[in-house]
Amino acid sequence: MECGIFHTTYQQDMAFRHTWMEKARLVLLLGFILVFPFVANRYWLTLANQIGLAAIGAIGLNILTGFTGQISLGQGAFMAVGAYGAGIMANRLGWPIWLTIPAASLLTAGVGAIFGIPSLRLKGLYLAIATLAAQQIIDWLITHWTSLTGGVEALVLRREANVVLGVALRGDRTFYWIIMAFAAATTLFTANLFRTRVGRAFVAIRDQDIAAEVIGINLFLYKLLAFATSSFFVGLTGALTAHYRGIISWERFTIETSILYLAMIIIGGLGSVSGSIYGAAFMVLVPAFITNVGRQFQTTIPAMAQLLPFIQQGIFGIVIIFFLVIEPEGLAKIWRDIKSYFALWPFSY
Amino acid sequence: MEKLVQLTVSGLTNGAIYALVALGFVLIYKSSDVLNFAQGELLLFGAYLTFFFVAQQGLIWPLGVLLTLVVAVFIGVLIERFVLRPLIGEPIISMIMVTIGLSSLLKAIVNAIWGPVPREFPPFIPSHEVYLGTAVVGMDRLLAIVIALILLGLFSLFFRYSREGIAMRAIADDQQAALSMGISVRRVFAVSWSIAAATAAVGGVMVANIVGVSGDVSGVGLRVFPVVILGGLDSIPGAILGGAIIGLLEAYTGGYIGQGLSQVIPFIVLVLILMVRPYGLFGQEIIERV
Repeated sequence: MECGIFHTTYQQDMAFRHTWMEKARLVLLLGFILVFPFVANRYWLTLANQIGLAAIGAIGLNILTGFTGQISLGQGAFMAVGAYGAGIMANRLGWPIWLTIPAASLLTAGVGAIFGIPSLRLKGLYLAIATLAAQQIIDWLITHWTSLTGGVEALVLRREANVVLGVALRGDRTFYWIIMAFAAATTLFTANLFRTRVGRAFVAIRDQDIAAEVIGINLFLYKLLAFATSSFFVGLTGALTAHYRGIISWERFTIETSILYLAMIIIGGLGSVSGSIYGAAFMVLVPAFITNVGRQFQTTIPAMAQLLPFIQQGIFGIVIIFFLVIEPEGLAKIWRDIKSYFALWPFSY
Repeated sequence: MEKLVQLTVSGLTNGAIYALVALGFVLIYKSSDVLNFAQGELLLFGAYLTFFFVAQQGLIWPLGVLLTLVVAVFIGVLIERFVLRPLIGEPIISMIMVTIGLSSLLKAIVNAIWGPVPREFPPFIPSHEVYLGTAVVGMDRLLAIVIALILLGLFSLFFRYSREGIAMRAIADDQQAALSMGISVRRVFAVSWSIAAATAAVGGVMVANIVGVSGDVSGVGLRVFPVVILGGLDSIPGAILGGAIIGLLEAYTGGYIGQGLSQVIPFIVLVLILMVRPYGLFGQEIIERV
């Protein structure tokens, strides 16, 4: 169905989508996103919002880890910087949502770049541990800098912060549009990023950083740029979450969050923008599915309520191990395999 | 002055426990280049297994500890066979994530079997107070120092003289060359994982004796990262010295500056040291070529 594609002009070759199938799928997806909030109930809307938020963060992490090859165990902390940044700007400075979200994202980009400095000397495991240290240091600052963040108490955003031009932005449906718009913009930006010099420099650093430096890529600049870009989107997720929920607490941004996002991009596919989205959807939907199935059995197995969190945790571990052992390239690869199976269908040889 | 001595003693004893846990990390890293994020959960397993055999089944403690070691070795071999072996030669991120997944799975298993409620560890390790000059220290902590030093000695001899130990060093240096010399990489990995799991079980018993049998035991795994990185991931003396340094650092900051800061100071020092010496104090520097 998708075989025999010949490009006769450079425009065609560089087009973002090549075949009518790809265009059709894009239209279908957009149609689904537009129609979804009108047919879905509140539960599904919440899930969709979570997927959207997670997708932005996962794409951000994938820019750093999947495309630039810098492992980060500190994304949870960077997300906290975005969330607390937005919260504090809204509460202390009285800034409205349209100002706090970009400002908090930029702040996170700056913090990310600072914690990216060790990456200039460290690689692989040592860098992973250095970012783990960033996570611990930021966590500690948030819980102990009580005068600024409120410490271990949750931070509640002013309700007026969500008002733009006299319209109050609240509720799952309103935020569905905001989150989807940001997610779409993030996807478009990142997909195009890797068609530019900067993006290709990132990939070159991942593949062989010394060779990249030899061919004239400024490692200092581009590694920090990768940390900053990645942290920008992670901070965006944090800031959006803060305004969406209206309340933030440090417990949502611990090392477990960092691990969750790493799991998303591993399961979705390292170095794949669409994979980040699949991974985000997977990691939001699977726990929700397990919870629902668990509730079904609650009457027959009374211990289910206590066991459920551990079942979730166990399945989380099993899924990660399973994907790494069986399909290291993730859901993106599975989807590619399906497509290539049908490319010559039904006359594959 | 008395405070300084007391802080030094308690710092060193905490450091000994860190070093004990760090040995397991180093052992696995030295032979297979894997940083095991599930080490904390192996400690947890060791603690709960001893609790199970001694407190729940009522066995005498030497037998309980022995059975714990046997089960730990078995778990180590299982992990190597089914989780790590398929990933030989995969990128570092895969290795990190697979051990993280493993830690999540192990924690879930422990919690599902024994529940999240903290239990009391069977008191078979003497923990009465001992006076060293003016400083007071628990007997259990002194024992931790002794055990850490014994294990250090054993491991050093093991890596220097035993056939398996030399094979491990050969594999860590160059897997292909080792294979072509007739060393069975699979067998050596299985041996190193089982030894690491057994070390973790011993560490788990010592930690649980101090903090009780609960999820807190695995938290020590996370706190030990600064120790192994500081000492150098592939250095056994580095693990011991790193443990002592981090232990002292925590004790001094806790005693002189503030208890809150002592939780984060190891990580700050970690970042600073990594900036100056990216391979830790004793770690082997890898010369990279394109």
